[in-house]
Amino acid sequence: MLAYTLKRSLVALMILIVVSALTFSLSHLATDPALTIAGENANQEDIEAIRKMYGFDRPVHVQYISWATRALAGDFGVSYHYREPVSDMIAGRIGTTMTLGCSAILFALIISIPLGTVAAIRPNSFIDRVALFFAVIGQALPTFWFALMMIIVLGVWWRWLPISGNTSWQHFVMPTIALGYYATPALMRLTRAGMIEVLASDYIRTARAKGLRPWKVLFKHALRNAIIPVVSLAAVWFGFMLGGSIVIETIFNLKGIGWLSYDALLRSDLPVVQAIVLIFASFYVVLTLVADLLNAYLDPRISVR
Amino acid sequence: MSSTVLEVHNLRIEIPVAAGLLQPVRGISFGVDKGETLCIVGESGCGKSLTSLALMGLLPKAAVRSADRLEFRGRDLRGLGERQMSDIRGASMSMIFQEPMTSLNPAYTIGNQLEEAYLRHHRGKRAEARDRAIYLLEKVGISAAASRLKQYPHQLSGGLRQRVMIAMALMCGPELIIADEPTTALDVTIQAQILHLLADLQREFEMGMILITHDLGIVARVADKVAVMYAGKIVEEGPCERVFENPMHPYTQGLLRCIPVPGKTRRGEHLGSIPGLVPNLVGDIRGCMFRNRCPHAVDACLELGDTAVSLDGGHAYTCVRDVETIRASSSEPQPA
Repeated sequence: MLAYTLKRSLVALMILIVVSALTFSLSHLATDPALTIAGENANQEDIEAIRKMYGFDRPVHVQYISWATRALAGDFGVSYHYREPVSDMIAGRIGTTMTLGCSAILFALIISIPLGTVAAIRPNSFIDRVALFFAVIGQALPTFWFALMMIIVLGVWWRWLPISGNTSWQHFVMPTIALGYYATPALMRLTRAGMIEVLASDYIRTARAKGLRPWKVLFKHALRNAIIPVVSLAAVWFGFMLGGSIVIETIFNLKGIGWLSYDALLRSDLPVVQAIVLIFASFYVVLTLVADLLNAYLDPRISVR
Repeated sequence: MSSTVLEVHNLRIEIPVAAGLLQPVRGISFGVDKGETLCIVGESGCGKSLTSLALMGLLPKAAVRSADRLEFRGRDLRGLGERQMSDIRGASMSMIFQEPMTSLNPAYTIGNQLEEAYLRHHRGKRAEARDRAIYLLEKVGISAAASRLKQYPHQLSGGLRQRVMIAMALMCGPELIIADEPTTALDVTIQAQILHLLADLQREFEMGMILITHDLGIVARVADKVAVMYAGKIVEEGPCERVFENPMHPYTQGLLRCIPVPGKTRRGEHLGSIPGLVPNLVGDIRGCMFRNRCPHAVDACLELGDTAVSLDGGHAYTCVRDVETIRASSSEPQPA
């Protein structure tokens, strides 16, 4: 298990290096940063001056190393547009996005795992049909439409929940449901499929032959094996949610990372874009690593392969 | 009668399917005494595995079990709910399955899975469970038992896993052990070891054992009593040596001709086989189930009831032919 952890961590580190290089070079290939900063009406001398000032005239690998070293220390430069340190801009918004992402994935898991399990215990029963019905709806409904419906019903008609902003926990209820519901169908169907397969396996029959109580057979012997693919999928969804949903953040006026990246892209605000891409790529890499290690803990055969 | 562990009368299993009512077990009766081994023999699909699951209360949900009598240690099992059945399972009646490779949970150590069987029926006695697990692992011939407890199933070979399964079945000292083709998935060399192990343990702990198999070689070595099953019915039963020396039912005779006997079967001689297939078990079937494959079939076979012809020593068979006819015909050379 220790060897496996080290091996996976090393792979994760290498992925991070590649990702950071790609992030850096992509944004440099896309535009001439000096031109963007100088603005449309700048003359050639100004552009050259800016190029020199920001160090864009140096060789690319030198620029990358100095950018990466500073990024490691948490310094992502200054926003071209807002003239603020990028790290401050992100620090001010990441809390909102993290809160939303964490609560949305928790919501999705709390709904999908029990529902998938119950559906698997009695396949094709009434409860399975109901679960399938909601899964199909969740998959088919556009998130923005579902979010707007919630705003109208829960926020405007019944006045149960605030519809905009991020100042209290109530503000996060509707965004959480809207974002979490989107991930629920896939997670639920995967839990159901895994559970059906595991419940038909020989070791479940062995567990029952020992006289174990049904709940113990279900939670100790079945769920642990059925949950393994769900862990991997949930990690991907969690990464997606932490990336911030532009749609959800816009609708509920939560100025998180999703909203910031949208804004930065529109303005070609390269340092901001680079920082966001790098941070969330790192999140993905770390989440994948955690999911791998969690799976190796759940199924001891994995660390041998 | 106090030595009787299990008494089964007219056990039936019915499963509703699209084509009608599937009846894989059609009224079978048998008994197992303390320290006795009953072998149930038959080809695939004759209902022998379902019979064992029915005894354990582990039939699939769709299957319906009924019996005139189903007594385990004098207790009627028929009315018991899932909760009461689960108190018996693993405690006084346990089972060993055919597939050692998949019958252990890959996510838990064998120690965990062994101890769990004990703890279910002896609450809170962790140290005792561990001692019992080590004792039984040594009993089933696994060396360094204490360190094996920390191993996972994937770290053990098939033979070792089946030994673990046997130890697991013995954790609570059952009075009846049901082994459903315990050696089918194993190498031939391991098969003999496992069988001897089972027979030894059964003698040592004086358990009743039901051994389900299609391998007559196994039967000859370990059985006290044999029940030959065909298409959901027992066609012949009796003490092992009597059935082997004097098979009365044409199906038993056919099965016995399928195995080579050193010294009797000549080199190059064709082994016997039974032509035809097991009948479709949906709906009621009149008369003898074996008649479409039987070399001696006559019109009277259609009228055969469930009454068996009894011989001395508990040997009985279900066939229209009387003892003299069978004895006379089996001394003649058999059709190839």
